[in-house]
This record gives sequence, C-alpha cells and structure tokens, in this order.
Amino acid sequence: MPKKVLDARNITVTYKTEKGPLDTVRDVSLKICSGEIYGLVGESGSGKSTLARAIVRYLPENGYLKSGELELGDTNLLSLTKAEMRRVWGGRITMVHQDPNAAINPSVMIGEQIAEVVRTHLHLSKQEAKDKALEMLTKVRMADPEEVARRYAHQLSGGMLQRVLIAIAMATNPELLILDEPTTALDVTTEAVILDLIGDLMREYDTAVLYITHNLGVVARVCNRVGVLYAGEIMEEGSIGQVFKNKLHPYTRGLLGCVPRVDVNKKDISLKAIPGFIPRPDQLPPGCVFAPRCELVEEACREARPALKDIENGHLTACRRYEALKGYGDVIADTREAHEEAGYGELVLEARNIKKYFPVPGGMALFSKSKKQEVKAVDDISVRMRHSFTMGIVGESGCGKTTFARCIMGLEEATSGEIELEGELLPYSVAKRTRDTLRKMQMVFQNPDASLNPQHPAGEAVARPLVLLRNLNKNAVQERVKELFEAVNLPEDYIYRLPHELSGGEKQRVAIARAFAADPTLMICDEPISSLDVSVQAALMNLLVDLQESKGTSYLFISHDLAAVRHLSDWIAVVYLGRLWEIGSAEDVFVPPYHPYTEALLSALPIPDLDVKQESIRLKGSVPSAMNIPSGCRFHTRCPRKIGEICEKEEPPWQDTGYYHQICCHIPAAELQALQGEGLLKKGEGRAAQ
Amino acid sequence: MSETIKAIKPKEKKRSRFVSSFKRLRRYPTTLIGFTIVFIFLIIALFGPLLAPYAYTAQNLPNKLQPPSEEHIFGTDQFGRDVYSRIIVGSRDVLSVAGSGTALAVFFGMLLGLFSGYRGGLFDELIMRAMDVILSIPPLLLAMVILFSLGPSRVNVIIVVGFLYIPMVARVVRSVVLDLKTRQFIEAARLRGESSFYILYKEILPNVLPHLAVEASMRFSYSIFLVASLGFLGLGVQPPSPDWGLMVGEARTWFHQARWVLFFPAGAIALLVVGVGFMSDGLRRMLLPGGVSDA
Amino acid sequence: MTYFLLRRIGFILITLILASIIIFSITQLLPGDVARVILGQFATERAIENLREELGLNRPLHVQYLHWAGGFVRGDWGNSLISRTPVRPIVMQRLGNSAMLAGLALLIYVPLGIILGVIAALKKDKLPDQLITGVSMAFVGLPEFVTGLLLITFLAIGLEWFPANSSINPDSTFRQAFPYLILPAITVSLTGLGYIARMTRSGTIDVLKTDYIRAADLKGLPASQVLFKHVLRNSLLPTVTVVAMGIGWLLGGLIVTEAVYGYPGLGRLIVYSIQRQDLPLLQACSMIIVAIYSISNLAADITYGLLNPRIRVGN
Repeated sequence: MPKKVLDARNITVTYKTEKGPLDTVRDVSLKICSGEIYGLVGESGSGKSTLARAIVRYLPENGYLKSGELELGDTNLLSLTKAEMRRVWGGRITMVHQDPNAAINPSVMIGEQIAEVVRTHLHLSKQEAKDKALEMLTKVRMADPEEVARRYAHQLSGGMLQRVLIAIAMATNPELLILDEPTTALDVTTEAVILDLIGDLMREYDTAVLYITHNLGVVARVCNRVGVLYAGEIMEEGSIGQVFKNKLHPYTRGLLGCVPRVDVNKKDISLKAIPGFIPRPDQLPPGCVFAPRCELVEEACREARPALKDIENGHLTACRRYEALKGYGDVIADTREAHEEAGYGELVLEARNIKKYFPVPGGMALFSKSKKQEVKAVDDISVRMRHSFTMGIVGESGCGKTTFARCIMGLEEATSGEIELEGELLPYSVAKRTRDTLRKMQMVFQNPDASLNPQHPAGEAVARPLVLLRNLNKNAVQERVKELFEAVNLPEDYIYRLPHELSGGEKQRVAIARAFAADPTLMICDEPISSLDVSVQAALMNLLVDLQESKGTSYLFISHDLAAVRHLSDWIAVVYLGRLWEIGSAEDVFVPPYHPYTEALLSALPIPDLDVKQESIRLKGSVPSAMNIPSGCRFHTRCPRKIGEICEKEEPPWQDTGYYHQICCHIPAAELQALQGEGLLKKGEGRAAQ
Repeated sequence: MSETIKAIKPKEKKRSRFVSSFKRLRRYPTTLIGFTIVFIFLIIALFGPLLAPYAYTAQNLPNKLQPPSEEHIFGTDQFGRDVYSRIIVGSRDVLSVAGSGTALAVFFGMLLGLFSGYRGGLFDELIMRAMDVILSIPPLLLAMVILFSLGPSRVNVIIVVGFLYIPMVARVVRSVVLDLKTRQFIEAARLRGESSFYILYKEILPNVLPHLAVEASMRFSYSIFLVASLGFLGLGVQPPSPDWGLMVGEARTWFHQARWVLFFPAGAIALLVVGVGFMSDGLRRMLLPGGVSDA
Repeated sequence: MTYFLLRRIGFILITLILASIIIFSITQLLPGDVARVILGQFATERAIENLREELGLNRPLHVQYLHWAGGFVRGDWGNSLISRTPVRPIVMQRLGNSAMLAGLALLIYVPLGIILGVIAALKKDKLPDQLITGVSMAFVGLPEFVTGLLLITFLAIGLEWFPANSSINPDSTFRQAFPYLILPAITVSLTGLGYIARMTRSGTIDVLKTDYIRAADLKGLPASQVLFKHVLRNSLLPTVTVVAMGIGWLLGGLIVTEAVYGYPGLGRLIVYSIQRQDLPLLQACSMIIVAIYSISNLAADITYGLLNPRIRVGN
C-alpha cells in the first residue's frame, strides 16, 4: 500500500516586484505517494519551477509562500525553522536540476560531493561515506566508479554529470525526489539512457518523485501521474492513461496538438498551434486563465474561475466544458487537403564533399612539438537540394550540422569541397560572394536573443536587406517592411519596437521576415525553434510551411529534434561526427532498414502517445572528440549493432536501399531489414496496452 | 538606411527607458550623491573666475598664512593668496587636464579596441601584446619616467594620462567587441553584404557605447587620482598654477603653521574623487544592468 | 600544466625585455646632454666630450641599450651620476625598506579586503553591503597623499599615537622601523583594501548565483560548510590574480606614500633620482619595479593554475 509522501494543499506563491505583489502560482494542490512518479508539465512561465522551489521552501528573496499547507509524511514543513529545513534538504527531500554542468562544484572532486551528503545526513564516517559514494556511482551505472570519484566536473560529459547528480540525490534514500527538467540540457540519446536509469532506480527505491518537464513525451515515458500546469494553475490532473487518452482540458489537447508526429508530415497535417500567449501574472483574465486562448470558450468561462473537478477516479480537470470535449473527437491536428506532389524542380544547391577542420586553439609552435591537432567538425558531407524543397539535417549537438550550414553560407570558410548555387560555383567566404548570391541565400539563426541588434528597432533588421539587396527606395522599403511583418503575423507597430520588448517567438518571426526580405531561393534554418515553447514552435513551423508554399523557397532545416525534422522535411540527412550516415526521403528514413544510429535516435525520441511502442535501443558511452575520430566506422565505439573487427578497421560502404535512400554501414541492407523488422514505432503496443 | 525606420519611429520610447533606469537609481543613494558632486564641480569649473572673490595669483605677502576668516573663508597661503579662490580656479585645471587625458585615452582606446577585436588575427595579437607591455609597468612609475623626459607641463600631463589609460580602455572595448562578434545579428549583417564600416559603426558601436561610458567614468576617476599624485610629487602642472595636488605638495612645508592651506585642496580632491567614483558606479548600474559585475 | 607554465614564463620574459626597451628609450629622450647635466653649465667642451666617451654616450643607441641591459642582467647596474658610486647597493637597500612597508601593507589589506568583500556579498544590497561598497569605492579613488595627510593630522598630530615622519635611517632593521611603518602601511593599504574588497565581493556574488551553490544548499549541508567549502573555494580563486594586479597600484602607492612620510624606500629614491636627473639610478629603480610586478603576476598565474583543477588536471 503506497503511503502519501508529499501533501501540498492550496499553495499560492507570491513574488514582490516593482509592480507590486504577483501570485505566480495560485491555489495548487499536489499529492504524491511513495513509489509514484508525478509529472508536472508546463511551458515556460507556467510556474512549475517556482512550485518546486516553494515545496522545498527555497524561494528567491523576493518570493514567499502566501498561503497553503505543506506536509512531508507527518511533518508540517511550514512549521520548520531554517536550520530544521536544512536537515530535510538532502536527507528527506533531494533535488536534481536542469543543467548538470552548472550544478556540480567545479573545484571539488566528484566522490567528495557524494560523500559529504551521506556524512551530513547519515552520519557516516569518512571511510564509510567514501564506500557509499562508490556504491552510488555503481548504482547509476558508472563504468569505473573509483576513477570517476577522483575526477572533477570538467572531466565528465553532461550525461555522466547528470548520473552523478542522481547518485547524490539518491544517496540518502530520500522520501521525495524532485527532478527539475533533468534531461532538457542533454542530447536525445543521452536523455533516453537517463530516463531508463530513473525508471529502473525508482523500481528499486520507493521514493516519491516529482518530475518537472515541458516535454510531454518524457512524461509519457516515465511518469505514473501527470499534472498540467498553465499560468500558475493546474488545468488537468490524472494518471497518464486518463490524461493522454481522454484529454479533458483544451490546453492539454492544445499542447499535444503542437507536437509534431513521426508518422506523418506537413503534407498530411498542419500543426494545431494554440493562439495567443500565456498571460503575464499581472494581467490575468478574471475567469478561466485559459479562456482567452480557448476554442470552446463560453461567456461563463470568462466570468468565474472554474475549480478543479474530479471526473472519475482521480482524473481532475479545470474545464467547465469537459463534457463537450468528450464529443470533440480525438482530432488534435488539422488534416490538410491532399498535397500535390511537386515533382522535381531545378537543382538549387549542390554541396560536394564539404570539409571543415579547425586548428586546436592555444597552440604556440614554440613550445608544442607534437604535430598540429585539428578538430574535424565537418568531414566530407555532400547534399543536393531542389526548388521548393526541404532538406532536414538531423544530428546531436557537436555533430557538425551547424558548422556545415555556416560553411554553406560562407560564415565559416570551408577547408575543402565545392558549393554550387543554381549551377554557379561559390567562393568559400561570404565576403567574396556577389550581391546576387547573397540575395539568394539567407539564414535564420538559433538564438532569438542574439539574432537581432538590441539597439535597433525590429523594422531596421528587415529594412536593411531591402535597401542593400533589392535596391528599393525609401517608400518602397517602408511598404515592403509592412508587408513582411504582416506575412509573419506581427502587428505593424512591432516595426518600431526594440528587441527587448519582444518575446522569443516574436524575435524569431522578425528574423524570418528579415531572411525573406531578400526574397531568397535558399534559406538555411539553424535550429530556429529549439529554444522556444512547444506551442510557439508549432506556430513557427506552420509559418515556415506557409511561406514555402507561397514563395517556393527551399529550406535547409537543421535540428536535433527528430519530430520537427520529420514534420518539415521532404528529405532527411542523418549526421554523426561530421559525416552523413543515412540520407533519403523522410518516409524512407523513418522506416527500416535504417542505419543503427538513426535507429537509436528514433528509439530514444520521447513520443507523447501511449499507443506507440518503442524498442529500447541505447547508445553506449558518449560522443568521441572530433579531434580523435575513431578508426574504421566512426560510429563503432557506440554502435549497438556492431558486427566485429571490420567496423573498427574499414570505413563502411554506401548502400542503396530504395529510391535514392542510402545507408552507410557494413551490415548489408537486407540484414538490417531483417534485424529491425517492422520498425520501432508500433501502434497499439505501447504503455497503454500494458 | 536606419533613417527609414527612425524617421517614423515614435520618440518617447527612449526617454522612458532612461527615466525608468533613473528611477532605479533612487534605491542607491550613493549614486545620487555622486552625480550631484560631479555636477556641482562642473558648474564651479565652468564659472570659476566669476565665483572666485580674488585672482588666484594675487599675492599679499603681509597677509600670508592667515587662518580662515570672513575675507578668506579658506584662509591664505604662503604668498597670501586666497586659498578658496585658488581651489575654485584650480577645479578647471583638474577637470580639464584629467578630462582631456581621459578623452584621449577613451578615443584611441576605443579605436584600437574596435579594430583589434573586429579584425582579430595577427593584428589583434600584436596590439594586445603591446598593450600588455604598457600594462606591465605600474602607471604612476611610467607617468613619472615619461614626464621626466618630456618635462612637466600641462600638455605633457594630458598626453601621459591619455597614453597610460589607452590599454585599459582598449581591453574593455575589445572584450565587448569579441562578445558581440559572435552574435548572430552581426552575422546576419555579413550575410546581406554590409560593409565592415557599417558593421563597426552601426551594429557594433552602439552596443559598445554603454560599456565605454562606464569605462570612461572610471578612467576619469583614475585620471584625477594620477594627475593629483603627479602634481603632489611636483611632476605635474607647474606653479603658480592652482592645481590641487600641487597646492597640497607646496603646503606640506607649512603644515605645522597653517593646516588649512593643505586641508582644503586635499578635501576638494577627496570630494571630487569620491563623487566621480560614485557616479561611475551608478552609471554601471544604469547602463549595464546585470552586466559585468566589476572591472 | 607544464605547457601552461612554460607559456607564462615565456610571456613574462618577452614582456620584461620590451618593458626594458621602453624604459631605456624613454629615459634617452631626456632633453639636453647627460654629460652637461653632470658637469654643469660651465664645463669645457673637452671635459664634456671626455665624459661622453667615458659613459659610452657616443655609441649608437642599440649598442648602448645592449650594454646597459647586459650589465643589468649581470648585476652591473652602473654608477650613480651624482654620488659616482655603484647603483646596485643603494637600490637593494631601499628595496628592502620598501619590501618591509609593502609586506606589512599586504598583510593588512589582503585578508581584511577579502573578509569585507565576502561580508558585503553575503549581505548584498543590505546596509553592510552599502556601507562596505561605499567606503571602499571612496578609498579606491583617494590618492595616498590625501589619506596619508589625513591620517597624520588625526593619528599622529592629533592623538599622537604614531610618529608623523618616517624618515628613518635607511639601515634600520624591521624591529627598529616598525613604529614608523604603521601609518605608511595603513595609508598604502586603504587603496588596496577597497580594490580587493570590491573584486572579492563581485566574485563571491557571481558564485553565490550559481547552480552548484543552490545544489549545495539543497543537499542540506551546514551553512558554514557551504560557505567555506563550496563558495569560497571558487570565489577566492580569482582573488589570487586580483592581488597580483593590485601590486601595480601598491608600487605606485609606495612612491607617493614614501614621499608623504619621508620614508627611505625605493619610491623615495625614484623621486630623488628624477629631481637630480640621475639616469642610471632611475633606470635601475624602474627596472626593479617592473621586474617585481611581472614576477608577482607570474606567481599569481602559477598559484591560480595550481589551485584550479581545470588547469591543474586538464581534460
């Protein structure tokens, strides 16, 4: 019989600000039992981290718990003094944070950082604490615990550090573990390993877990119960079966509709973005907080705030009209009309054998006798792109995909290779390219905050390319800027706003308008949506699709997000350690036979659909350094399907496995097909069926 | 051009930004004090001779070393000159010498920092190593050695101050430029074929200015320090100039008979230096909120 | 680490050579003829020509530089133009005196500055912080002759606690000199104190904001352990460099302070050599100061490297 561990009732958290006190979390109740993993989902600004900090009573100085009750087991946490809370922290409640690189002290050895907790809370002797640290490192599956214990943070990879943090958190066998976006900063294959680890550990301990995340796929994979937080209030709560199956709140439906799916793409559906924004805590609507963005809104919704209602067996919703939702069907994305196959247009871009080697910095020839070291960021990548066509390049961080894009654009000078735009060979450096070339190629960058000059009004960014590359006069520029702002769905007065007055999604819209101002034939999108919330992502993806249809621009879309790439791309290239491993149409790449690396990526992808079953195929270790690339097949050090010595010694051959679908692997395609069967994504056998 | 957008841009936005940052200041009383002190000294320097009751060179030997009185509120010095008048007129010396020196340093430091940071490569390496060499000699010592050769004069002091502080300004500007260079709005400008001049002048410089303003105010405070110290050692502005440092240096001889001759100029230096320090700290809070915490 | 060390030492050597060229060439700019300066207005052309020959002033500049620099490295620092005796013993004796003063000042202001800086950081934006930052900001900007004269007025003349004048016999031992050292040491300290306090404060505030301090708090470690083991270990690391950079100011401060108190140190010797236009003496003093400054920076770099695991153990 699981016992109740955390009982938080009617929590309201207030921040003192220049505008007066703001309630960022309002009247939220949470109950978590032992052995249960409770997923708290919300977009940025929903108050999920604030809630977590309130639960551990570690709010910033201007924040305080205005009302509510907080119990851990039989202890009333609110009655404890600060010193007593310190005994709870790290002993009874532990926490793991988002960025593992920042959460570990850089100048204290790893082993000591585990040992100090058990010395403090379990009162172990020095030697006992040391042993305990090694035991915990073994538990989180560190290959060489003694070695790791003697290391410092900078010597470990992000995935390893996150395991260390989990080891620290579990060392005292806490009653409650709070995981605050523990895998957000990690690559998808590493994330999968960590999620497996969390799942396995929780079967062993009967700790109650509060898992905070923005990723519904992660919730679907590891949690038992889920609460959906919006603007500081719980919208829906229930077991994952209840919430994912029935979705009795329009916001839950909206969130799920924003996530691109891996079985269909832009030709079949358009994503259903939620209109509008999360209201700021100082501008809350009087009624239901979601009302201004809700499709089902009625007059009554705007008048009074609906209470959470228990529909059945602990499935709660804050929607007054949940009955109507039941009849609303399961359609969470708009089906598009049959899209006409565009056929093959002219060749726009052809990049052949692009290489980019960086010299290792800091070398002074006078003192280093060893031969020059190089980082081989991009090592022989070729792609071809046609008119009105999207090529998706997918790969994990550090694989060279961004460097490749920058070489194409001329922001980095390629070491070797050929770049042809519409049949014309381009110089490597952007400075040597003609105006006409510049006009034809534009780029949207990853970080919206850095992509606009903070001192210039937004319209300026869009106006400059018009002046320089289109030779328009003053009036024409103004007209065109207005049109472009309209095209990216920004109101006209945004033209005069400074970047700090815009949200991340709005800045990215300006960046898209800037890229389109030149009327390019090729646009490179370097992770343009990664730093944004899912609902904003969906809107931007729809915008990109619409603009492509009306203008016929080709996109080179670079992302680590498999689902987004799948949704937007006609053609997909998979990159690992500076080289391509698989290339083909989006439909082909995502069904077997696929390259073992593609297989691992697909298997790792958290999918917010309980009906999908994924084989568990995990990669060992971490990505080798691009300075010391493994011999033979450079994926062999981590490949789950390695067949033997040949993988270590010989570079694998390219195999044609269908309509221009190519895989670079030693395993014959037919054999891969046999090994991989029907593929990883099987409907109807997922967690819901268990 | 930027005018296309600015022409139709509502004006009040920028002012409200400044007002709001000024409001934030009220929480820091020291900043307000700093601005007030500097403002008052500027007024004094501007209208100096009008405010001074006597000419600063007017000697009155029978009346020498008089304690503060109604005629001479700060007393008189060893030549019977009115200390109060000398301090008032001297504020011009201090502010103009330190100010011009700072301006020199800021201007050349900014140029070096901008080009060095933007160009990078060997040019950058050479410039920065040269700056390191200058910085490897303690500033006061270098100033003394240079003035020893050039001979002490107002112009030489300005040149020395300017020269000494170029490396510091160049370093700060360069580090800001290096940071800005990696931002994508600079890359977007390159992708649309902007000239290097445009990128430096229109994209980078406006973002460097807040840092430059803070750095300039700090340099100003150090310049006053340096000019006063040189004056005290007799290597700065020469007599009969009413340079405050020089006044203190000269007055040491009469310290036991007439403390006020020494006390008032020293107090003036202290007040001005503290004021400029507080002001520069306030500028940092106003212009670089959440930015670099110290330099 | 070895590579790091070699690189630093290489840089320092190059810097020293360049700095010596600067000092040598600047002092050569001196208007007028050194020989005439020594022999005075009424010397004959012949006497001056002889002296020029004797001093090697007729050789090309770079030969003169190499001769001077070579001599300097070998320990032959030339003769004083005024006293006609070797420069080295004078400089070394005064250097010892200045070292006593500087050492005492460092002992006062480094620990005190660190403590004040940490307190200010822990009480950020509250009264103790406002007081400490306000006062330290004032001290940083105040020239030593201002603070020095104020201290003399109140502590030496007013309260008669300390002697107002420190012009002691240059041969004094530390024990003899100690009472005369206190006021000058406090004077030099005030500037450095403000500087160290400010830098420590900002460094500590940066560390306090990090995720790993939040994590250490939430591990439930005792507050003192969080402070000493997790905060200070990281925040005081840059202070090593800060102290070394402050040495430059300290050396400048010594020149003024020694002038205020009449203390027979290196700073006073420099002022004297400038007043008397004693070129070899000025060059020797300047080079010694530059060398000390460079070496203290090198020492700081090495200490920083030893304390910082990122450099010590590499990747």
